[in-house]
Amino acid sequence: MIYFELFYTFFLIGLFTFGGGYAMIPMIEDQIVGKGWMTDAQLTDFIAISETTPGPFAINISTFVGSQTGGIFGAICSTIGVILPSFIIILLVAIILSKFLKNRFVKGALNGVKPVIVALIAVTAVTFFIKTILFSGNAIRSVPMYFDRAAFTLLFVLASFAIIYKINKKKSVNPISLLLLSAFFGIVLFY
Amino acid sequence: MKKDGKFFQILILFLTFLKIGAFTFGGGYAMIPIIQKEVVEKRRWATNADILEILAISESTPGPISVNAATYIGFRVAGFWGSLFATLGLALPSFVIIFVISFFYKTFMTWRIVQAAFKGLSIGVIILLCMAVIKLKKSIPNSFLSVILFVITFVGMMLINLFSWKIPSVTLIFIGFGLLVGIVTTAITRKEKKK
Repeated sequence: MIYFELFYTFFLIGLFTFGGGYAMIPMIEDQIVGKGWMTDAQLTDFIAISETTPGPFAINISTFVGSQTGGIFGAICSTIGVILPSFIIILLVAIILSKFLKNRFVKGALNGVKPVIVALIAVTAVTFFIKTILFSGNAIRSVPMYFDRAAFTLLFVLASFAIIYKINKKKSVNPISLLLLSAFFGIVLFY
Repeated sequence: MKKDGKFFQILILFLTFLKIGAFTFGGGYAMIPIIQKEVVEKRRWATNADILEILAISESTPGPISVNAATYIGFRVAGFWGSLFATLGLALPSFVIIFVISFFYKTFMTWRIVQAAFKGLSIGVIILLCMAVIKLKKSIPNSFLSVILFVITFVGMMLINLFSWKIPSVTLIFIGFGLLVGIVTTAITRKEKKK
């Protein structure tokens, strides 16, 4: 039955992708393209759609494939499938870990991961910067370098706004307001 | 309605994560600034240090980071039903939007206004990520080891990204490295104290 197959396939994808996001693309390629639910070209198209719409990539792609393959019930089955493994695992971790959080080894381990996480976020910021302002792709090798002056100007304007807001109001700008503002300027500048 | 009732808390959890789900562009870490605003600053359900812990746990377990974070925070605030409704709230906006788009996705991608808005958004996300780094940096234990771990991860990951080296589960390797170093240093300092 197609609903069960969708559920099962996305359950596997949810269970075996660590880190989320694009880390799951190889797995999706293997399972979804392999099963003929999507072609490689469609997958590339869909990555662009997913980048333009809000929400986690995993939920976006499972809803999309489910809807294309089995309508609304297909979409529901595959989305529940992709969420369920993390839901169950995190629930178990939350129940168990709350008892162990005071343990010095657990504390030590988490203290070791904290700088790694902050570094990974910083890398994401720099990579986004390179992607939108310096290269049209995301790798040095594949694409010649360019400098997107309009994009850089917008970055400068938004950054100044965030800094001035912080100094004046003594608190950081609401991320949702900043996103709405950047979408608005995006339309003004690039449309 | 009782404002401190459990039902009310679960409703607030659902609505908060609905908002987070609706405004997460770029996925993964891009949602951290919004979580910080809503969960740490507005609702005080967690501290910035907690957020780092949640991220550490999310990165070491399978599944999308935002789903993990919603489940974990939901559980801490209101138990099982809290985690269920936080996760549902997070998933609902993308589900609805993608379900609608799946019927006309070929034309959607050719709308120039959507592309222009997204280009603006992707620039806004850069600033949000920088804000998140500045805030989270304060919650890292202040030690030489932290600096080393930060530099190794930053330089290593940056090189991998720039040259598009295909290394499977590469973030997991860095996370595992951090966990290991953390455990080993705890073991060593314990021995030194015993002496």
